[in-house]
Amino acid sequence: MVDDPNLLVGLERADDAGVYKLSDELAIIQTIDFITPIVDDPYTFGQIAAANALSDVYAMGGRPLTAMNVVCFPIKSQDLSVLTEILRGGWDKLWEAGATLVGGHSIDDDELKYGLSVTGVIHPLKIITKDGAEVGDKLLLTKPVGTGLVSTALKGGVAGEESLEQVSSSMTALNKVASELMLEAGAHACTDITGFGLLGHASGMVEDSRLGMEIRVSSIPIFPEVKEFANMGLVPGGTQRNREYRSDMIEMTSEISDEMLNILFDPQTSGGLLIAVPGKEAEALLQNLHRHGINEAAIIGEILAEPQGRIIVRE
Amino acid sequence: MTEVDARGLSCPMPVIKTKNALESIEEGEIVVIIDDATARDNVLRLAKSKGCTISEERKGDAFYLTLTKSR
Repeated sequence: MVDDPNLLVGLERADDAGVYKLSDELAIIQTIDFITPIVDDPYTFGQIAAANALSDVYAMGGRPLTAMNVVCFPIKSQDLSVLTEILRGGWDKLWEAGATLVGGHSIDDDELKYGLSVTGVIHPLKIITKDGAEVGDKLLLTKPVGTGLVSTALKGGVAGEESLEQVSSSMTALNKVASELMLEAGAHACTDITGFGLLGHASGMVEDSRLGMEIRVSSIPIFPEVKEFANMGLVPGGTQRNREYRSDMIEMTSEISDEMLNILFDPQTSGGLLIAVPGKEAEALLQNLHRHGINEAAIIGEILAEPQGRIIVRE
Repeated sequence: MTEVDARGLSCPMPVIKTKNALESIEEGEIVVIIDDATARDNVLRLAKSKGCTISEERKGDAFYLTLTKSR
């Protein structure tokens, strides 16, 4: 691989997105994300897929500029109006984000998939990676967890309309405002919560570092009914892989049930930002998030000096 | 007796198939055959949450779970 000094964030220390410096004042953020349908309604799915793709730019503290559609569509079995609605959902979210659609690519595929390749911009000295947290930082989470369990419960015919509406409105919500507010608050580190689940992505913040982390389960916002779905075993396929991948990094100091661990490792779609912010700024940031309608945001833990490279999970 | 053969399936399908089978009967037994340990745990969770009595037998790589539903 060419060792390019302008590559500021790349594969070596995988972050939410790649960042490449164009000049001393400007770097581009590049990311791509596409998913299979998580809800039945095509317009809602389009919005979710776009919010999910844009989120990686917001997690770096950047501003999305342009985007390209990535479409896999079963043209023989599905009506083209479904695709039109999906793309309309994506378009509306891009508009809300202030980003411009510049093109895209579609192929015929048995399984529908949609997402976007997004390019954003940022000042090279203002990049927020998942690595920059400091001892004494508080951890804020901006959306509830449990989208994977709710989605499985929907498939199983257990979750009702109300659950669907709650997770849909969360998954379609952009992380734009949360990102802007964390920048104002002087956040040290950030990542967005997606497929690896809350503890999976939190692990990435302290992995191979001199930092430890504490997470308090009772402070974590969780969608209604998710605990019941976990107790019924309605667990998505990715959860166990997430647990196996990161279990070495987790220390439990109190009795945390297996069902709760399945919530903490539940793969999320278009999840919230996990933000490490200086302790003295945390309460003000939290109030600010609530004032801007990000009502579920909560302080869920903090960065400690010990245990290095590990997470303490307590009740 | 209803049998749910969930061998070769991974989460969440075994749980969803078991749930559908339990809902299709008023009372009685269903046998779930499963070869994935995580899926087995989740089917047991479902059975407990539904108030079933559970007995389990291991045959080779597969778990045979007998779930008894009473009114």
